[in-house]
Parts: sequence; C-alpha cells; structure tokens
Amino acid sequence: MPKVLDNFQISPLVWKMRVETPALVAKAKAGQFVILRVNEHGERVPMSIAGLDKKKGLLTIIYQVVGKTSALMTTVPGGGELSDCVGPLGVPSHVEKWGTACLVGGGIGIAPIYPIAQAYKEAGNKVITIIGARSKDLLFYEEEHRAVADELHVCTDDGSYGHHGFVSDVLKKLLDAGSKIGMIMAIGPVPMMKVVTNLTRSYQVPTWVSLNPLMIDGTGMCGGCRVSIGGETRFACVDGPDFDGHKVDFDLLSKRLGAYRDHERKAMKHFLAEPGCKLADAVRDFKYPDEK
Amino acid sequence: MVEKIPKKDRMKVPRQVMPEQKPEDRRKNFQEVPYGLTEEQALIEASRCLECKNIPCVAGCPVEVDIPGFIDLILHRDYAAAARKIKETNSLPAVCGRVCPQEEQCEVVCVLAKKHQPVAIGYLERFVADYEREHKLTRLPEIAPPTGRRVAVVGSGPAGLTVAGDLIKLGHEVTVFEALHKPGGVLVYGIPEFRLPKKIVQAECDFLAEMGVKFKNSTVIGKMDTVDELFEQGYDAIFIGTGAGLPNFMGIPGENLIGIYSANEYLTRSNLMRAFDPDDYDTPIIHGRNVAVLGGGNTAMDSVRTALRLGAENAYIVYRRSEKEMPARIEEIHHAQQEGVQFHMLTAPIKFNGDDQGRVVSMECIKMELGEPDASGRRRPVPIEGSNYTMVVDLVVVAIGNSSNPLVQKTTPGLETNRWGNIVADPETMQTSRKGVYAGGDIVTGGATVILAAGAGKKAARAMHKFLMEEVKK
Repeated sequence: MPKVLDNFQISPLVWKMRVETPALVAKAKAGQFVILRVNEHGERVPMSIAGLDKKKGLLTIIYQVVGKTSALMTTVPGGGELSDCVGPLGVPSHVEKWGTACLVGGGIGIAPIYPIAQAYKEAGNKVITIIGARSKDLLFYEEEHRAVADELHVCTDDGSYGHHGFVSDVLKKLLDAGSKIGMIMAIGPVPMMKVVTNLTRSYQVPTWVSLNPLMIDGTGMCGGCRVSIGGETRFACVDGPDFDGHKVDFDLLSKRLGAYRDHERKAMKHFLAEPGCKLADAVRDFKYPDEK
Repeated sequence: MVEKIPKKDRMKVPRQVMPEQKPEDRRKNFQEVPYGLTEEQALIEASRCLECKNIPCVAGCPVEVDIPGFIDLILHRDYAAAARKIKETNSLPAVCGRVCPQEEQCEVVCVLAKKHQPVAIGYLERFVADYEREHKLTRLPEIAPPTGRRVAVVGSGPAGLTVAGDLIKLGHEVTVFEALHKPGGVLVYGIPEFRLPKKIVQAECDFLAEMGVKFKNSTVIGKMDTVDELFEQGYDAIFIGTGAGLPNFMGIPGENLIGIYSANEYLTRSNLMRAFDPDDYDTPIIHGRNVAVLGGGNTAMDSVRTALRLGAENAYIVYRRSEKEMPARIEEIHHAQQEGVQFHMLTAPIKFNGDDQGRVVSMECIKMELGEPDASGRRRPVPIEGSNYTMVVDLVVVAIGNSSNPLVQKTTPGLETNRWGNIVADPETMQTSRKGVYAGGDIVTGGATVILAAGAGKKAARAMHKFLMEEVKK
C-alpha cells in the first residue's frame, strides 16, 4: 500500500499530500494523473499530478475538499497509507519549443500547471504563468511558480492580492499588448477554462485544457469520462486529459460533473456528522458555496 | 460408493432441479439466485451419468475436464477428490460451474440429451467446488521443482488466472499484473454478485497466491511498464489477457446525457465498487425507476437484473432483433423474465432526450422487422418507417459490446493486430507475432465467454511451457 510521506493544509480547503510511489513516479510525466482510494470502501478518485520528485520517488497531489472522499483524504496522517494508487494514467501533456508559452491556473488548477510549467521550461520555452484564486487566502504555490516562470502574474477575484480580476483579464491584457504567445495551457474550474478558451479563440492562439470528468477505472474500460470534442465523443482517461480547448463542449462537461451532486452532498453531511472523526476546523465547518 | 443403478434405469431418473430464491424475493436482493444442489441431489444427478465410452461431454468442454471421472468420484462420495479432478484441467471450477454455458458445450452433447435431459454437469461441478471450499478441503496441488523461468501475466481475468494456475504448477515463477485494485477482471467488475459471489473469485485468487502466484494490482501495463520493459526486467515469457476493453456506444443523439451508462460502468459501480451497498461503500450509482438496457447478451441481462435489484419499477430489455437471436444464455433470459423484466424486441433507440440539467428523461425508439441474413448469419433488422414511439426512461444502460483496449498493443512494437484492434494469435498456441508473447481471451476474440477465455489460457500455458523449457536457456 502506498505510504503517505506528509499531508498538510496549504489554504483553507486545500491540502498537499506527498505519496511514496517510486515506480509510478519513475514513469510519470507532467499532465498525467493517478487514481487513488483512501480505504477499502472508498471511491476511486482521479487526481492530477501536481509534482514529481524523481530522485525521492515522491508524487505530489494537491486537492481541495469538495466532499466526503477529499475530506477523508485530509485525515490520512504522514506515515499513513492509502489503500491504492494507480498510474500514471492518461497521455502526458504535449511539450515542444514554441518560443513563449503561457500557463493559466485557476483555483485548484494552480497545482497541475506547475509540473507542466517545469516541462515547458525544460523544453526551452519562455514561460509566462498566470495564477488566480477567489481571494488571497485561497492562493497557494506562488513561490513554486515564481521559481519556474520567466514572468508570473498573480490575481484575485476580490482584489485582496495581486491584480484585481480574473486570470482571463490578465491574459487578455497580455494578448492585447502583443505578447507573442505560441501556446496556452489553461487548467481550472470549468467556467474559467470556458472563458479562457472563448477569449483565445478570437486571438487564434492554440489553447489546451486538461479535463477532469468523473471516472472509475481510468484505462478506457468504463466510458464514464466521456467528453465531447469537436462534436465527437472521447474518453478523457485514455484520449486525454488534455484536449484542444477550442473544441471542448464545456457545458456538457459541467453537467456531467454534477451527475451525483445530491448523493455527494448527502454523503458529506453524513460524514461530517459522524462522531469521533478528527477533522481540521475548515473541513468540520465545510459548507457548499450556495449554503453560505 | 453409492450403488449404481442399471444403465437402462438411469434414463428414468429425472434431472435434478437446482433450488433457487423465489423471483419475488431475489429481485430485491443481491444474494446468489441458485442455492446449489444438496448432497442428496448431487448423488442422484451423478447416478444419471451413462459412463459413455466415447466421452462426448469431454470433447464438448473447452478445457477438456474429465467429466465422467469427476462424476464417478461424486458417486464415491469423495467430493473433494472430484473437485481436484476438475482442477487438473480447470483452475476455476466454482466460477465455471456457475457461469459456463454448459447447454451449448458439455451438456448439449450428453447422450441423455437426445431423448431425455442431459446430466447437469454444471450443477455437479459447482457442487463439488463449493463442497471443497466450504469444508476447507482445498489442498495445494503438487508443484514441480522451480524451473528458474519467469512469466508475466497481464490481466487477471479468466484467461490470465488460468495461465497463472497452469504455469505455477509446472514450476515457473508467475506474476500477474492487474490494472484495477482487485484481481479477477470481468469476474469481479462485470458479473454481478447474484450470479457469481465475489468471495468465490477471491477464494480462487487466494488459492493461486497460495500456490505461489504473485499478484501486482493497480498496475497498468502499457502505462507503468511496457511489454518490452517486462522482458528487460527478466521475464522470459508474457501472456496478454487484457479483455474486451472499450465500451461501444450507439452513436445516436443525446448519448452523453447523465443517466446513460455503458454496461461496463454500470456493472463496475455495482460489482467492483459495491454501490449496491451504500451503507458501507462510497461509490454512487444512479437508481433508475424506468430503466432501459440496450442489447441482448449476458451483459445486458446482468445489467437489467441489477437495475431491478436497485429498485427499478420498470426494467426493460430493448433489443433490435427478436428473442431467438438474443446471444444471452437461455437460463439468464428465463431468470430475467421470472423477475419481471419487460422485453421490447425488434426495437432500436434512435435518440435520447434530456432535461435542463442534462439528465435523460426519454428515449425515442423505432420498431424493426427482420430482413435477409447478414454477415453473422442472423437476419438483419430493418427499421419500419413511421413506427417511432417514445419510452419514458431515467436510466439507460448500453450493453452492445466492446472494442479492444489499445493500451498494450500501442506500446508493444511488432505486435500484430487485426482491423478491429484485437491481437492476432495462433489459434492453437496463442502465440502472437512477438516471440515469447502470447495472448488469449477477449483481447484476441472480441467479447466471448469466461470458459473460452480459460480455454485460450490453457492452450497458451501449454505452448508457453514448451517455449520456456526448450527455447529459454537458464
């Protein structure tokens, strides 16, 4: 069973977990994902790779508490174990030398663009990175990104830190200023990826996105992760997770992500009401956005 | 020894009926439907065997089980020995006793079948395998001295498990790689609990592990290591049994609405992830009130009967040909009918309609009639113009087959595939175009049965053993 080296809170509802999986890490590349289970009775959840320490065989996962399984993940202590962790899954992000490449990470998407930024940089690109969150306390990984990017832009929706506005606003300014960007990769919540790709379409800059539909096996067997790309059905687990953002049907993705919403909420309520479960305060007080 | 009945009287003994849960009870639970024969019944059934000299039943079995031999041991009341007799050629008797289509293999050729009913070979197989396991009489078979040869088996379904069992007995070192977190392949994710309890599959895998087979779960070959890397790591021969991987969809409008599952997804949620038991397991599943399952095979029957057990008020099989052409086992069709499944034959969906949340709410269908025979020899269904009608559904399960999963083929240079992407293997040796690489089961044939996969595993193991001893120098 894969051992968890450490697992700690990095913003109110975001945790960073490092898992000792040397064989997996040796094979993994930026843009791929893993599927893990916390315990024998748990769900199989896909997680983007947020960092790979090839020397130490460490896999970094950054996850946001959104329901029972992610809440349960916060309870695994350093030195503890996951039930299983399979990967690397999916096709690695396409990397070549475009000249200047721009990475856009929104919310939890700040994490998976980090190893991709490293890969772009290693390929000899000038890397411009834009990261954004709703407010200052929800930002993370600024230092990590600063160490890789040639140019880092930080923004918050409420203006509590960095530029006041969305990542797409910053990107628009860069494009309007005539930045010669050969390639854009955007990862974040579905509405953010939709806005970014709508914006870049008019500038005709190739824009890739990484999709995160629900899945079970992650090897093409179940078809639960089907997405519509240019009107054709694709399986995100084996054909993706990266796709040409200008061809993605984001509305379909958004709807399919909500397939089990009621079930998830019920499971979370039930879990939080369980006595004797040691949870961080932020998790204990968890509320869905529309409940606040 | 039970006293033998004179041969001419054996024909007068009726075939024993396996007791099973009543349809009205079982459609509400996931426990196994048939209870298995009692010891008394097994003895009566065994006494019906005519002990034919030319053993047609053995010839009808894809893995050549010594059927008269094990039946004779039943008559000697040595049930564990009977189970071991089967295991000499079939590693999975408790599984095959349940899911093999005996009516088209060993039983159809039984001499009794001509004028009476065949010996219930499948029931007897299940009886002795269950007896051995439940009475803890399982004993490790003799294992040949180590040969020093190493074998990698990719996929732990019926083909892979058979290869592993056969080769470990011959003294080879065997490691099985499985992509999911539990071994068993389709036996675990595909076939429901009420037809094949998962503890039985687990027991079969545990038995292989006791014999020395190593299981590496959560390991996707083609993503983690490739076939060539396995050779580099010192494996001398490799068997690929990765199964029928990618679910087919109809390619009609609305197919990505919420509430439209592939049978693989629906069954995996319920079987492997145990979504039918929400008090204990976290994986959700959509509980439909009006459920349509598209297709006429065993997977369709498994899906529709699962839907009933998850509380469907109406569970439909929607099939574009007639009942006669349905590929499912007759026993499965009967079970589904008894449980109240409604059959809409000669019907094909042409469009799904959804609500504003993207959930399926209805399905537009068209009636079909049978025309001239097609390539499969079955009469081709032809749409009847203007016969469209709408079915109210809130869950649809698409069970129209699978295409091959390309993960291993794509990462193995020189591995020949056919135009459907299935691996090309010699029908006798199961050898592929790559030296030392063998393949069998659905990845070679396309969707077939558990026993055909096991049969392919058997052939592959035989050829691999020869290869390992003659061509791999140690």
